Order: sequence, then structure tokens, then C-alpha cells
Amino acid sequence: MSEVRFTDQHEWVRLDGDVATIGITKYAAEQLGDVVYVELPETGRKVGAGGEAAVVESVKAASEVYAPVGGEVTASNPALSEDPAKVNADPEGEGWFFKLKLADKGEFAKLMTADRYAEFVKGL
Amino acid sequence: MTMNNQGRPSAVGTSENHELPTISGDRGLDHEEPLIFEIGRDGMTGVDLPDVQMSETRLGGMRRRKPIGLPGLSEPEVIRHYVRLSRMNYAIDAGLYPLGSCTMKHNPRLNEKVARLPGFGDLHPLAPQSTVQGALELIGELMMWLTTLTGMPAVAMSPKAGAHGELCGLLSIRAAIAARGEVRKRILVPASAHGTNPATAAFAGFVIDEVKGTADGRVDMVELEGKLGPDVAAIMLTNPNTCGLFERDIRHMADATHKAGAYFYCDGANFNAIAGRVRPGDLGIDAMHINLHKTFSTPHGGGGPGAGPVVLSAALAPFAPLPLLVRDSRGFRLIEDRDELPARAKPFGRMCAFHGQMGMFVRALAYMLSHGRDGVRQASEDAVLSANYILASLKDVMSAPYGNGPCMHEALFDDSFLEGSGVTTLDFAKAMIDEGYHPMTMYFPLVVHGAMLIEPTESESKESLDRFIHVLRELALEAIAKNTVRFDGAPRYAPRRRLDETAAARKPVLRWKRKDLPQAAE
Amino acid sequence: MRYHPLTPDDRLTMLERIGVTNVDALFRDVPQSAVVPLSAFDLPDGQGELEVERALSRMASKSVAAGAGPFFCGAGAYRHHVPAAVDHLIQRSEFLTSYTPYQPEIAQGTLQYMFEFQTQVALLTGMEVANASLYDGSTATAEAVLMAQRITKRPKAILSGGLHPHYSETVETMAELSGQVVRAKATPGKPDDVIALIDDETACVVVQSPDVFGLIRDLKPIAAAAHARGALLIAVVTEIVSLGLLEAPGLQDADIVAAEGQSIGNGLNFGGPYVGLFATREKFLRQVPGRLTGETVDAAGKRGYVLTLSTREQHIRREKATSNICTNSGLCCLAFTIHLSLLGEEGLTRLARLNHAAACALADKLDKVKGAQVITPTFFNEFTLKLSKPAANVVEALAKKGIIAGVPVSRLMPHDPAVRDLLIVAATETNTDEDADAFAKGLAKVLS
Repeated sequence: MSEVRFTDQHEWVRLDGDVATIGITKYAAEQLGDVVYVELPETGRKVGAGGEAAVVESVKAASEVYAPVGGEVTASNPALSEDPAKVNADPEGEGWFFKLKLADKGEFAKLMTADRYAEFVKGL
Repeated sequence: MTMNNQGRPSAVGTSENHELPTISGDRGLDHEEPLIFEIGRDGMTGVDLPDVQMSETRLGGMRRRKPIGLPGLSEPEVIRHYVRLSRMNYAIDAGLYPLGSCTMKHNPRLNEKVARLPGFGDLHPLAPQSTVQGALELIGELMMWLTTLTGMPAVAMSPKAGAHGELCGLLSIRAAIAARGEVRKRILVPASAHGTNPATAAFAGFVIDEVKGTADGRVDMVELEGKLGPDVAAIMLTNPNTCGLFERDIRHMADATHKAGAYFYCDGANFNAIAGRVRPGDLGIDAMHINLHKTFSTPHGGGGPGAGPVVLSAALAPFAPLPLLVRDSRGFRLIEDRDELPARAKPFGRMCAFHGQMGMFVRALAYMLSHGRDGVRQASEDAVLSANYILASLKDVMSAPYGNGPCMHEALFDDSFLEGSGVTTLDFAKAMIDEGYHPMTMYFPLVVHGAMLIEPTESESKESLDRFIHVLRELALEAIAKNTVRFDGAPRYAPRRRLDETAAARKPVLRWKRKDLPQAAE
Repeated sequence: MRYHPLTPDDRLTMLERIGVTNVDALFRDVPQSAVVPLSAFDLPDGQGELEVERALSRMASKSVAAGAGPFFCGAGAYRHHVPAAVDHLIQRSEFLTSYTPYQPEIAQGTLQYMFEFQTQVALLTGMEVANASLYDGSTATAEAVLMAQRITKRPKAILSGGLHPHYSETVETMAELSGQVVRAKATPGKPDDVIALIDDETACVVVQSPDVFGLIRDLKPIAAAAHARGALLIAVVTEIVSLGLLEAPGLQDADIVAAEGQSIGNGLNFGGPYVGLFATREKFLRQVPGRLTGETVDAAGKRGYVLTLSTREQHIRREKATSNICTNSGLCCLAFTIHLSLLGEEGLTRLARLNHAAACALADKLDKVKGAQVITPTFFNEFTLKLSKPAANVVEALAKKGIIAGVPVSRLMPHDPAVRDLLIVAATETNTDEDADAFAKGLAKVLS
């Protein structure tokens, strides 16, 4: 059973074994507006927790996406380069950004649960 | 009598059929216009040139084998095409253009005329210097005006635009710091800065450290002083700032900066508010670029070309880039190489080929000679007066975040007056288009929510300002009354309705391609 | 003042509405000690149009215009005939006095010609995409090097010795901030060996063709060598008319083309403003500096154009922008587009042939002069002469006879004694047979 956690930078992480799938939250996708381009990390790249891993662009803004947990990139979502609108249509599903082989499970445990993230967003 | 029913009817008729689609797709003076690639055809040309015989022995086997694919058009077709395109543009010649921080002022036609004199326009940059003395004299004269107006000892003329000038200024600072044997990496930039400031600083290899603003729209001196230290290379400040306000503490800032061993870079984009009244050199500034296309009215030309000479303090002057202009007993002379430098000169490099934007120099000097020192001062005063007139006339209906005190040459409003109206800053701006105006600068500076920055310049008559104020008041009142009909989907009466920028960015189509050919780029 | 519409009465009424008694009150945030009186400026007062025109005409008359006599300067700026229609059209108010097209609904004129320009540049260079122009050829070259450093994540740029020295210096100034620039030694009249300098640190090789001495280079083997080591080839063109006759750099496997577009539509203007052309492969699109115009539709479904991919640019990306550039060379880019539209395929081809034929005829004439020898075996409209005397002296002597003979290489490379006797000579469609004869005759006299 996979578990999903969230960051205060509006990324989500789903953990399956030691593989973390990462994307941006529904809230973030709504705030950005229509996503026009996503720049994803290449496979094999090592990123630290909190490091810049991807860039997501709308017409008027470009935002960095940080790796919520550290590890080695094992895949990035090929569908996004063809159809970046997937980020708006299904941000927490088909619109995932990249997958990491998790280096330290402790980092995952420190992230927000869905309930806490919902509280957090409400307070913004 | 006989009734003559023939000929032209005199009644104006009704306007009911306004929305009737036309057969042609054009509407009166509004013509749709295809791309030249869709008009042209093979074999046609608008320039008559002889078809000469030539041997190929000197092309080294590198002759082109395939056609380029350029369309052929006759001269009348080309003229009609570009005249029709021109009519889809707004222009300062056609109406008030209140773009804050862009300075859309009148472009005198005399300046166009003199820039085309063969003695300026038809000179090669590498012609023998003895044959281009008049051009060098013009550059020297313009340098004299720029240094006198700014109270600075030196000026680098080659930068080709404001951002290029910023880079030139920062590279001078970098060189000066290196010459002192120091390493300083940080540049302090206020949050309200033009986007170019951090972009240029990063480009020049510096780390950007943002300084917050105060509630009255100025730099927070406490934070600035807290951040100054031995690793700070410079502060970069726009003055008057992007909120349209003069930085009252500017001298204090300069002192603190210099005390920390750093340099003071001023973005001169707004020099037009103070020219002829305040000399940046007196404020302790070390480097400032001057957008000749703003303050000195060289035409914006749909986005260029500009020119961005940089005035430099005595501390930075030795590091100015090549070429240098000197005057000796034989006349003016360009120094283009390190081998022949005057004493103390340590140029950091070269910004571009040749000597700068000569065509812009001629126009700017014509502007200066026409205005004179009195006219330059009057221009600044009228620009500031007009902006304050707009601020005073609108601040009761549109919210002005810093409306308590006078502004400089631009009046800043935010979108709090639109709150709950369903109208956004963008809608408001687009409704202005239907009223025959170019919108003001929107969403800049970033420190204000939904910013609207209005710069009327000195070129508007009082009648023009009053009419503009009337239209904005009425629009604001309608928005506040939640009467959104003018705003929904505006503009309606422009050559185009709102354009789909998302589609343009998702699947970029950046060039025309022949439909019958496979898409070469894919 | 003729440019200021406000009357003294207007000003008083306006001050009254603002609620102050004089304009000084509006400047109250300026420290009083920083306000200077008019007399502090040692400058003249304003003048009428007649006086200004007279003063500037007098200044202009102190120079010898290129059109005043036989004229053969090139080396990065070329004298061509610009049709009268070009200058007429670019002076239309709606082009001349508009701003950057940030409001696309009322700037379709600018946006559409920029789209046409991008297409023309892509076609001409044989590349897939082009931007809406940069400042000039030298800054476009520097931007190309920076882009190659970003793409390859490697530091080193190798510059051919045939690259215009001003371009090399501009690249060094810009690209040494983040990387390393290596210049190959100049070999006038012969191809230099840039391939030998390519290593695994190399981001790009920068090769100009025709090079600064006029020599036409074959880019294909250089591209192959660069690509084999994971580096890019940047092709530089300073005489864009040459592409009317020569193989496009894109068809010789260049990855980026940086060019000076002055020759089409724009006068000499003593070095500026000019127009930088920048074209590349579609796969590098996100790394392209400068403005881009794209096609889209409006709310009513009509085709239109907008500035696009602007998240690369400084006003949004700030310190993460691909470049700090915020302008293109608008009006010069328009002049280029109009002139090239007038020329079309047929006109450009004829113009290029005419230039080449003029240069060949001139080279033959000058090569016969005792003490002069053409050292560039291949060329387009520009070649290098080796003289029996220092070229700078020869140019000065001929200038006194009203002949502007060309650009001495020593002006561009003063520290290199080996080039002292070399002269770069260009011929275009503006040169007549009589010009060429006068040059040959004058040169013979000066060299004897």
C-alpha cells in the first residue's frame, strides 16, 4: 500500500517500496494556471532533499520544483513533454513529474500527511 | 422643379448593421493581411538587378545547391503589405501611450532627418579615422552632454541598450574590485527592481541578495545597512524607483555603500524625471546607464534598437570598455586596442563590435540641442507635473498605494479598488484598448498587487490628459459598480480579440512552413 | 519649446488640482542640497529646428561619406543599396513610435513582421528556428557561445582565427565570466586548424564564413569533428548577402548560426544600430536568448501572433533568465524583413551574384598592380591583399586621393606585426567599374 505525503512547497510524494513518485499538488497546479512546459531531470541524476529538480512553466511564470526527498532519479514522465496540460488535468495522478530511488526513508516520514497539507493550504 | 434622386444620399443611415460579417473579411479601413509567404510567388522580385554571368572558381565548391524558399513580391505588393501591417499597431504618434517605466514620449522627426545625413548615416565604422572626424565630434559632443547632465566624469558609449549598459556598469565594478585584489560576490537589489537588474547581476557572475521595501515604497535602509558587508560588490537601485518615487535616503545609501567598500549602481531608466535638476554624480552614484530611447527620445521602434551609454564615477572610469574616444592636437581619435591605451586606462573588455549605436547618438544629440538645458529641465518638470495631475485626479476612485505624497514621473495604482468587482487589472487594461488607449504597465512593479503604472510623459497636452483621466474615471466607476460589460472579453474593437498565449507556448509555431511539404523541423 | 504642449496657464491649473503652489513642491523628496540651478549646467539653451539642423549638418560635413567616392570597406559592415521603399516604410509612425508588442491585440503589425523575419532568417541560414533578432552580430555570437555552454554544460569556447577580432573580444568579455575562451591563431588566406583544439571540455567551436579575411570555409568537417567530441558548431556570418550564393550553414551541420544582418535593409551608420540574427535547431529552443514571436488564435478564432516562451526572459525569470537582454533590434529587423521581401529569392540570388562578380573583377585588377597580391583563393565579395607597404599608410595615402581603399588588418590586430601589410577589400553592387579602375590606378601610384 503506497502512502502519499506533501511539502509546504506544494509537491507530493508517493512512496512504493523505496521508489518515490513526485509531482505538484492540485493546489499548486491551480495557482500556476495553464502549464505550458515542464523541464524534468534526466535519469541517473542524484538530487538532495530540497534541491532543484524540475521547472514548471505557465505562460507568465516559471517555478522550480524541489525534490522533497533525496535520491537518484529513475524515471521522468515522458507524457509531460508531449502534453504539459496533463499537469492541470490530473496533477496528482497522470501529471506526475519524476521518480526517485529514495536514499533515506526518514526524510519521507518528516513530510506532511494529506490532512496536515489540507490544513496548511487552508491557512494560506 | 425636377427632383434629382440620383447620386449620393446625404443621410448618415443607421448603425444597426455594425456586426454584419463582410464578404471580404475586411472591415472598412481594417484589412486582414496574410503573410508574405502566402502572397509571394516564384520568379517575382521588387528590386531590378542585372543577371550577371560569373564563374564559380572562387567559391571553393561551396555554392548553394537548393533554393532558399523566399517568396517573390513586387514593390507595390510589399508596400501594401507593410502599410497594412502598420495599421494594426498602436503608436505614440497616434495616441497617449502611458506605459510606466517605458517613457513613450514624442519622437521629433528632425532627429530622424539628421540621423540620415550621409555624413552620419553613410559612414563605415572602420573607415580611416581622418575621414570620420565629424562623426567622432558628434560622439564627443554627446559625451559632453551626458557627463554634464549627470555630473559624472566619464561615459562608456558602446552599450547597445539599457540591459547592455547595466552589464557594462557591473563589469566595470567587477574589474575595479578585482584591481583592488578583492573578491566580492554579493549584489544587493531591491525587490522593486526591473527584472533586468537581477538578470544582469547573475549574468555578470554575482549572487543576488534582495532588499525589502518599506511601507512607503522605498528601500528599507535598516535592512540595506544590515546586509552591507565586505562581500558586497554593489547595490543596484533604480532612482526614481519603479514605484515612481524618489529615494529620499539616497545619499545616506551611497555613503553606507561606499563605507562598506562597495559601489553604487543606479538604473537610469527613470532619469527623465530629474534630468536638468538633479545630477546623479552629486548623489554618490558610481555608474548609471542612460536609456537614450527613454530620456532622450530616440524612437522605440517596436522594441528596438535602443542605446545605453553608461556614465561612470572617477573610481570606475579607468575600467570603461573599448573603444575609447580621445581628443588631441590632431583631432578626435578612437582607441580600439589595449596596445595604445592612455595612462590609467584598464578597460575590462569590449561590449560589441565597432563603437556603439551611432544612429541613436545623432537622434539623442538633436533632442538635446533642440531642448537645451532649459528644455531638458522643463521636460522633467512637465513629466512629473503630468503624472501628479493624473494621480491627484484618479486617486479618489482608483487605489494609489503611495498616493499620500507626490510621485515623480509616473503614478502607481494597485488593484484594491477592483476587489470584489470581478474585474482584474488585465481586464481593466484591455478595456482601455477599446477606449482607444494603450494600456499602462501592468503587474509591475512586483511589490504592489495588480500594479498599474502610468507614465504620461511631458508630451501630452492638458486636454489630452483630461480626456484620458475622464475615461479612466468612468471605467473605474463602472468596475466598482460591478458593471462588468465593458471588461468581459475586452478588447472588442481592436484588430484582434484576446489571443491564446497558452496554445502559443504549448505548441510553439515560430515560423511559417509550406503546407505541402513535410514539417522540416520534426 | 515646440515639443511641450503644456502652457503656463495649464501648469497653474494642474498644480491647483494637485494642491501645491509650484512644481518644486513635487520634488520635495529630493534632498534640497542635491537640486542644482540651471546655471550649474554648462550647456546651451534650446534652439529651433533650423539652428539644430544647421549645427548637425556642419558636423556631418566634416566626414567623408562612403558614397562620396570609390569605397571598399567591409570587415563586418557593408555598403549596399537599400531600396527607397524600405526607409519609407520603417518611418511609418505605427512602426517607428510603438513599443515592444506586449499588448498583442494592438501590436499585430510588429508581431507579424517579427514572425516573417523569424521565418526568413530560418530559411536563409538553413536552420529550424530563429529569434526576433539581437543587438548585432557580435553580441549574437557571444550569446550563441553562452547558449552552447548551457547546453553542453562545458566551459570552453574555441574561436577560429578567422573570426572578426571585435567579435572575438566581445565573446571573451561575455563568455569568460562563466567559462574559458581559446582563440586559434589567425592564418590570413588559409583555413586555420580549429579541429586540433577541440577537446572534451569544449562546448563549442566558433567559425566565421566567409571569414574576416574573406575566405570561404567548409564547415562540414569542423561540425563533424565538434560533434564527435560532444561539442557544438557555431557558424558566424558577417555578410548575410553571401547566403544568396553560398551553402547555408544549417546545411553544413551548424548547431547555431549567429549573423550580422546589416547588409540587408540597413545602412552603415558608423557601426550601429545593426541587427543580430540568431538561428538554431528546434531541440535547443528553450535555451534560445531574446524575443520569440509565435502563431496562435484570438478569442474569435482569427489567426494572430504573440510574444511567446517569455518565461526564458529577464522580466519573468529575473536572475534565472537565459540572457539579460530585453530588447531586439526592432526597426532594423523590420528594415531587414522589408528589404528581403522586396528582393525575394530571385533578387537575393542576383544581388549575391552581382557582389561576387564585382569582387572577382576588382581582385583581378588589383592583383595585377605591382606590389599587391590577392591572398584569399576563395571569397564572396571581400578578399585580402598583401601589399609591399604597410596597409594603414596605403589607406591613408589613398584617402587623401578620395579613395577609401578598405580596412587594414592592423586596425583589427595592431599587436600582430605579421599582418601589417594586409588590406581587407570589399566590393558590392554599389561599386562601379570606374571605382575599381580608380582604386587600381591609385594603388599602383602609392605602391610605386
